[in-house]
Amino acid sequence: MLVKLFTDFMGWIDKRLPVTDAWNKHLAQYPAPKNFNFWYFFGSLAMLVLVNQIVTGIWLTMNYEPSGEGAFASIEYIMRDVDYGWLLRYMHSTGASAFFIVVYMHMMRGLMYGSYQKPRELLWIFGMLIFLVLMAEAFMGYLLPWGNMSYWGAQVIISLFGAVPIIGDDLTLWIRGDYVISGATLNRFFALHVIALPLVLVILVFLHILALHEVGSNNPEGIDVKKPKGSIKPEELSKFKFHKQYTDKYDIVDAIPFHPYYSVKDIMGVAGFLIVFCWVMFFAPEGGGYFMEAPNFEPANGLKTPEHIAPVWYFGPFYTILRIIPDKLLGAICMFSAIIVLFLLPWFDRGVVKSMKYRSTAHLVNLIQFAICFVVLGVLGTLPATPVYNLIGTVATFGYFGFFVALWFYSKNEKTKPVPERISG
Amino acid sequence: MSNAPVNNGRRRFLTAATAVVGGVGVAGVAVPFIGSWNPSARAKAAGAPVEVNVGKIQPGQLIRAAWRGKPVYVVRRSDKMLADLAKHTDQLKDPESLEEQQPVYATNAHRSIKPEFMVALGVCTHLGCAPTYHKGDFGEKVEGVVNGFYCPCHGSMFDMAGRVFQSVPAPLNLVVPEHSFPTADTLLIGVGQGEV
Amino acid sequence: MKKFILVIFALLPMLALASGGGVHLDKAGNDLTDKESLKRGFDSYVSYCLGCHQLQYQRYNRTFADLGISEEEGMAKYLLNGQKPGDHITNAMPAKDAAKWFGTAPPDLTLEARLKPGADYIYTYLRSFYLDSERPFGVNNKVFSDVGMPHVLQGLQGVRGIDEHGNLTPAVGGSMTEEEYDVFSRDLANFLEYVGEPSKLERESMGYWVLGFLFIFFILSYLLKKEYWRDIH
Repeated sequence: MLVKLFTDFMGWIDKRLPVTDAWNKHLAQYPAPKNFNFWYFFGSLAMLVLVNQIVTGIWLTMNYEPSGEGAFASIEYIMRDVDYGWLLRYMHSTGASAFFIVVYMHMMRGLMYGSYQKPRELLWIFGMLIFLVLMAEAFMGYLLPWGNMSYWGAQVIISLFGAVPIIGDDLTLWIRGDYVISGATLNRFFALHVIALPLVLVILVFLHILALHEVGSNNPEGIDVKKPKGSIKPEELSKFKFHKQYTDKYDIVDAIPFHPYYSVKDIMGVAGFLIVFCWVMFFAPEGGGYFMEAPNFEPANGLKTPEHIAPVWYFGPFYTILRIIPDKLLGAICMFSAIIVLFLLPWFDRGVVKSMKYRSTAHLVNLIQFAICFVVLGVLGTLPATPVYNLIGTVATFGYFGFFVALWFYSKNEKTKPVPERISG
Repeated sequence: MSNAPVNNGRRRFLTAATAVVGGVGVAGVAVPFIGSWNPSARAKAAGAPVEVNVGKIQPGQLIRAAWRGKPVYVVRRSDKMLADLAKHTDQLKDPESLEEQQPVYATNAHRSIKPEFMVALGVCTHLGCAPTYHKGDFGEKVEGVVNGFYCPCHGSMFDMAGRVFQSVPAPLNLVVPEHSFPTADTLLIGVGQGEV
Repeated sequence: MKKFILVIFALLPMLALASGGGVHLDKAGNDLTDKESLKRGFDSYVSYCLGCHQLQYQRYNRTFADLGISEEEGMAKYLLNGQKPGDHITNAMPAKDAAKWFGTAPPDLTLEARLKPGADYIYTYLRSFYLDSERPFGVNNKVFSDVGMPHVLQGLQGVRGIDEHGNLTPAVGGSMTEEEYDVFSRDLANFLEYVGEPSKLERESMGYWVLGFLFIFFILSYLLKKEYWRDIH
């Protein structure tokens, strides 16, 4: 009886909106390569963290007061006076750092297995746009507690725009809406942080997933599971039923339906992730001073700079690149270039073999040195500038950009290993 | 596909078990979100009981106290006012205070703990305006009744025990808040008699 | 690919090293679950610190409840006439005058234990005043050089000097022995750590339950995944 009621109801809906079809196309009959490994958890985890940020963010706005006079006190109000307010705030603050950890891992995965290569360039671009908006989101959100580090961090970053020739000073003035960072700045950052950017973020995530499902998922082998129609003997075709959108055009091999196989696997991933996340949130929400910085427990004070201004850890790599270059304009250009080259990665890489598993040793070395340089730059970003650190930072900056330059050269005629036709095992 | 036969019972059990535990988790996550809508410590501090010194109120005088953002009327009724309460009961909607508009300990003829002190929210039970106190000139509104409260918004009328007159828009008597007298001259609004 | 994870995690300790450094602090060894210590710390705070340093984000009644002080007792002991138990712990010092007297207004200390490196800092700070005739109040502090406040607790601790190696000499002339003053400082530091984050104990105890729950959920989801993935070869 209930089953029939449900079937009738879904039938009624489906005639008006293809819900069942979308479910099948994107989950129950979506052909996902069967060999996803550890690195493939981070896509679904990013989604989880996004939801966490949006929901806890909505709840925080219920008690937060976006004004220069009230912001700091309203955070302490949330921490002390609102039932479970401290939990909501820690979920949001820990979530911010978790978001970047997850996204950096997700991006690294793309680098390792060539997930940005043709035909996934647009998918990669959407992903990079998400990363860019996420950085803007994090930067603006960090001003909202109106602590002293919030204030001076924003001061430093906004001053960067002063490096733009001719209009620089007017531009910084326009961004702040005041001669110093003030309540006016706070209010516009609040509006962008809670409404505009999340909206953009959600739309971009939607496009990211649509683009993914259009071209199909890559995998650790970098071997496509969609083969030309008719090229596979019927007995070798995947035994699972996939949506006709995929099977009409291709023969599908070595793939499994996303649901239930990857949904149960991702649930396991979520559980594992939450153990780490909750461990940090409940026992070390300050993240050793990296997730919540000590100077931020003092209200913004335009006359008193914290002894050591460091951006939050996730901006570290880009901040170091900015800092080691002694020229303001050049430093800013290099910092933004560091992000732009990532956008252009699909065109820096002229190779056709995707996974590092089948690429040259040179590529593997290049990837490892890139990962190391990125982490080193990140660590340096949280440390005070000293000559030794600046030297290390310079080397790491060369390593960072060198990755792209070298890739462009060797990928043209790279000595790759033979790539199997099929995913083994 | 597996060569080993699929154990559907085990699969169903694990699916159900995971779903149930996951559901408990989701319910647990909902707790802080729901809980945070309760009145905060600030709201509770603002809504804390209010102490009023009633020792210096003259007979017939009304003083207003603010409690939880609402006006509370405190009147020291004169002996005549108290005696008059019984005279117009036939003109009232609820002379016996049968509706629960007052705590149990104030469900009596004078709707209060001490007969001389009337304590009631100055909020008309019609649409929430503040009734005005007419001392001595209430007879213009209700013939033969000397003192009372008149709501300027829609003309509802109440007597010196906050009881509503007939044929006015207000349906109920004025609300008597929880109150008590920790000492002879202190009125504590918000804490009922016998509590604490 | 496992190598990458290893490399990245091998680099993490660099971060831990990066966060160290600074002046040497003595270990306070305080215990947030020790309510008697918190009560003594609160009592000392009200007696010696509150005159200048507010706790403007913390309410009296919350403090009473968390420290196990009954509201009547707390009201009688700590509240001035006219103050309500729901009030914030503030003083009547006008900020403008304070700035005139001390150079800067004495800071609010609600979040001091989170701003500075914790209770250890406060514990060490309270015990590190020494005579310095060049400072306006005649004292300086080893962990906060050129401190702007007088040594309010001098009557309890006594006075310390500094020798040519920069070490503090034992305190003389105080009403407390060194051990008593250490306990006094520890209690104050303990109380300030509590005030910095009143929900800390609740957070941690909730954390154990959540982690326990997640552990069970993880095992179940692992078994579920394994069960389904028997289909895949």
